[in-house]
Amino acid sequence: MDFVKPTIEYAELAPLLIVLGGACLGVAVEAFLPRSPRRTVQLVLTSVVLLAAFATTIWVATDLAEVAGGAARGLLTAEGTIVVDGPTVFLWGLVLLLSLGGVALFAERRVEGGVSAFAGQAAALPGTEAEREASTRGWEHTEVYPLLLFAVGGMMLFPASNDLLTMFVALEVLSLPLYLLTGLARRRRLLSQEAALKYFLLGAFSSGFFLYGAALVYGFAGSMQFTAIAEAVRNDTGNQALLLVGMGLLAVGLLFKVGAAPFQGWTPDVYQGAPTAVTAFMSAATKVAAFGALLRLFYVAFGSDRWSWQPMMWAVAILTMVVGAVVAVSQTDVKRMLAYSSVAHTGFILTGVLGVQGAGELADGQITSLQAVLFYLAAYGVATLGAFAVVTLVRDSNGEATHFDRWAGLGKRSPWLAGAFGLYLLSMAGIPLTAGFVGKWAVFTVAMSAGAWPVVLTAIASSIVAIFFYVRYIRIMFFTEPHAGTPAGEVASVTTPSLLTSATIAAGVLATVVIGVVPGPVLDLAARAGDFIR
Amino acid sequence: MYSLSEAAHQVPVIEPSAADGTFSLLWLVIGLPLLGAAVLLLGGRATDRWGHWLGTLMSAASFVVSLLLFVELLGREAGDRSVTQHLYDWIAVGDLQVGMDLLYDPLSALFLLLITGVGTLIHVYSIGYMEHDPRRRRFFAYLNLFVAAMLMLVLAENYLGLFLGWEGVGLASYLLIGFWQHKPSAAAAAKKAFVINRVGDIGMALAIALLFTTFGTTSFTAISQVSGAAEQDTLTAVGLLLLLAACGKSAQVPLQAWLLDAMEGPTPVSALIHAATMVTAGVYLVVRSNFIFELAPTAQTVVVIVATVTLLWGAVIGCAKDDIKKALAGSTMSQIGYMMLGAGLGVAGYAFAIFHLITHGFFKANMFLGAGSVMHGMNDDVDMRRYGALRHAMPVTFLTFAMGYLAIIGFPGFSGFWSKDKIIETALAENWVVGVLALLGAGITGFYMTRLMLLTFFTTRRWKEDVHPHESPGVMTVPLVVLAALSVLGGVLLLGDWIVEWLAPVVGEAPHHEPPLPIIVITLLTVATVAVGVAAAWFLVGKREVPLTAPQDVSFATRAARADMYGDAINDVLVARPGAATVRGLTAGDRSVVDGLFTGGSAGVKATGNVLRRLQNGFVRSYALSVLGGVLLVVLALLAVNLA
Repeated sequence: MDFVKPTIEYAELAPLLIVLGGACLGVAVEAFLPRSPRRTVQLVLTSVVLLAAFATTIWVATDLAEVAGGAARGLLTAEGTIVVDGPTVFLWGLVLLLSLGGVALFAERRVEGGVSAFAGQAAALPGTEAEREASTRGWEHTEVYPLLLFAVGGMMLFPASNDLLTMFVALEVLSLPLYLLTGLARRRRLLSQEAALKYFLLGAFSSGFFLYGAALVYGFAGSMQFTAIAEAVRNDTGNQALLLVGMGLLAVGLLFKVGAAPFQGWTPDVYQGAPTAVTAFMSAATKVAAFGALLRLFYVAFGSDRWSWQPMMWAVAILTMVVGAVVAVSQTDVKRMLAYSSVAHTGFILTGVLGVQGAGELADGQITSLQAVLFYLAAYGVATLGAFAVVTLVRDSNGEATHFDRWAGLGKRSPWLAGAFGLYLLSMAGIPLTAGFVGKWAVFTVAMSAGAWPVVLTAIASSIVAIFFYVRYIRIMFFTEPHAGTPAGEVASVTTPSLLTSATIAAGVLATVVIGVVPGPVLDLAARAGDFIR
Repeated sequence: MYSLSEAAHQVPVIEPSAADGTFSLLWLVIGLPLLGAAVLLLGGRATDRWGHWLGTLMSAASFVVSLLLFVELLGREAGDRSVTQHLYDWIAVGDLQVGMDLLYDPLSALFLLLITGVGTLIHVYSIGYMEHDPRRRRFFAYLNLFVAAMLMLVLAENYLGLFLGWEGVGLASYLLIGFWQHKPSAAAAAKKAFVINRVGDIGMALAIALLFTTFGTTSFTAISQVSGAAEQDTLTAVGLLLLLAACGKSAQVPLQAWLLDAMEGPTPVSALIHAATMVTAGVYLVVRSNFIFELAPTAQTVVVIVATVTLLWGAVIGCAKDDIKKALAGSTMSQIGYMMLGAGLGVAGYAFAIFHLITHGFFKANMFLGAGSVMHGMNDDVDMRRYGALRHAMPVTFLTFAMGYLAIIGFPGFSGFWSKDKIIETALAENWVVGVLALLGAGITGFYMTRLMLLTFFTTRRWKEDVHPHESPGVMTVPLVVLAALSVLGGVLLLGDWIVEWLAPVVGEAPHHEPPLPIIVITLLTVATVAVGVAAAWFLVGKREVPLTAPQDVSFATRAARADMYGDAINDVLVARPGAATVRGLTAGDRSVVDGLFTGGSAGVKATGNVLRRLQNGFVRSYALSVLGGVLLVVLALLAVNLA
């Protein structure tokens, strides 16, 4: 048998390879460097890797060849398993930017009094002598940086994968480091470990469904490649039941990752239990990557059969928005509130996924659903990263003060920070002149042009409910006073962070306002991304 | 209804050329005072020491640029005196394309000189007047802001740009009326002015919207070229809406009630904003929109009616006020009524309206500043019943004020004589009823101004022992002298019909109408009417003892005039009370119906939330079950939809 050497387009894959290579290098650093310089080395290494990857992403983006008569740009690489096209590059850039923010939050040491937010020694049992020793010696897990890089690598591969197996591998590569990171909180370790275990078990459960779905679709199409699947779907060869069940199971795997109802059960527990820096990174970047994968799977592989999956997606979108918005109303913990809000946003983005796909069906100047979703992801990612970054800073004597009573009067004590948080909430609520408004407007319009008005009506109703619980926080921060007689240690105050966190929050505020007031450039960028390569 | 325009006149079309050479400095006219305002407002206390100098300098620099531009414009051919400057694309959304464009033509040229010239004099005067005010720097910042906005108003090439300036002067006026915000009366007056002006602004906004839907543009150039093609009803609607806007800004009946209260502001503000410039913006609007009004005779007739009512209304109020500034404010209303009348008379009157606007700008600013100078010497007392015989204590103020007085009553040779006479003459030629009423107004003007003059500078001394009237410092009297000179000499603009010819490219040339009487007879008649008014004042006020408090056993007319002709009461009955009742009704409906739905809905949401929340019990097995349920849902939904 002849062995044919596969051709790999290294140049186009460079951002991905840089990130994964950097991650491996990080593991080597952990193994060979003494403890004391590790944090600095890891921090520099990770930042440089992410920046380099971002720079190469821009370079790749400017260099993509046009295909399909100019509707899309890019190419299939690695023997057709990975596709680097406009949307891929957009999502890469977004994931890398959000990861940079995540790294900044990971590296924050000032708010915890000189140590990071991660456990001193993850292996030490909570409450034992070993744990105390780890914490008194000021140890910290610098493994979080390579773990983050691996997760970022997975997130970049996820929306770029062009066959079901690659997509599954990417899913696992991005999930496993996140399970670990979730369990590494320095404070409230039992809660954190419980969250990690839950996340892992449920994640494994849903991965099983994804894998089974992949098998069934292979049974239908005889190929794992999206292009071949799309061809089979279009020609309607094979067993229709296999396709439908397989499609459903694949959807479950992806909907679990984006946190759509009824697969949202893990979200609040994990968001609450994980170290807040991890939550910030995870909630922003995972959603971007997973929606990228969802879009590619359903638009490219199943795109010609959208009438068969859209009703199911309608139901999931409606259920997700209602559950997210309604349950968020009764939350009293800021991290859980943000978790449910993220569920509601999943529903809003799904509304966009249901929109009109082809540019040919749209009026001149209207955007496609792909572009609307990409824009929404950018707006949402920035706001949620920033909001969780603010949560890391509001603390009392027991660490982060996440109960909302503690936030009373914060606007008087720290007007700038409370103002930033208020702005993020307004953006998530979709108030005009913030990025969130433009995002909501974009996804609702595309869904409306596709005739999904029941979904849009639900989305608008849910937005109204959502405004309630967002604005309630603003009211608590700015218009209420802490209960008289609350002990001083129980009133939350803002810890002054280092430049890393402040810069992340400030950049988020700037982006939210700029994208909200002048959405043109980012919309243009999303439009320039063009279509998926099919 | 009697239509004043018998034949549709040829409306001049605006055809500007692009700005070059000196004209490219046009933006500086607005830019300089705007820069001044920005520096003073953003610079904060750091600019306290020299802020008033910067403010004055910026205004003066703007005047110099205006003068240069004017000289340049004089050198051009009559048909070529219209220039635009495109600064940048302001709004570009779909069909709505609005540029930040400026239009410099003979009309705006005159306004530029008036605004920056009188504005600069008032800046200088304010240096002295506001010397002891701790917030002087802020005062100058607002003054500069006002000047910039007013210049924007008269330089804009489209209605939207004009609206920007329109709202800008409204804001500056609000800030300056309420400048002494620690006085509840000043704060209330500022609010009143703001609210009443909103009513007018609604008219403006609707007019712009209507213009845009009709013509697809808001540019003067474009609309003036196609306005003839529009339906007359549309043009009438636009004209009436513009008139509503003009009524608000220029304090014309029925939106006149704010002007008298606006006298709560510092006196230089009253002189600049509420006499010389801002309140005349309505007249500018009507004249600038001549391509609308000329084609909407009904709207023109309404303008004339409103103007005639106002000129009498203001004059009557002026007769009974004891507060020197309020008497002058009533007079301002009345004089703007004359200008409005001129503007409403169409092509025959536009030029005279602008002419009277300019002369009024001189003599009224002069008299307001004079009143300020009197108050300055009288411990800020404004009650004329406690003045008297001040001509000896304040000779300069007295003499300059007297020039203004002679100008406003129309003493032959003074500026007001020429300008007011022309309006009355035109009114008589167009419609004798209006003309006679305007003539009557001139007589009343003679009465109330003489009364004011007598109470303040003549009769017997009535001020208290602890008041020591004195002449104001030079920084205040020099502007008075300049303005007095202009009040006397303003009539030269009419020499050889200069102003009529100058404005002809913008407002058109009137066909000659033969007045019902020879012009010399009309002039003599006017002078005689004024003389009657003056004599009446002499006998009723000058020859009698002036009581220190206003007598209460007076005629109904006097009581009505003292109560601003019941303007507030009318507003109260017609607007405020029904408004309040509607609000009460709506609030009750809102409480019971809307809130009921809302609270019911939100209670439902919360209850559902609490139920759903129980599903989140923290057990992985429950979550896994929910995932499994979801799998079944998704797969069954897919199968059901597709295989059924």
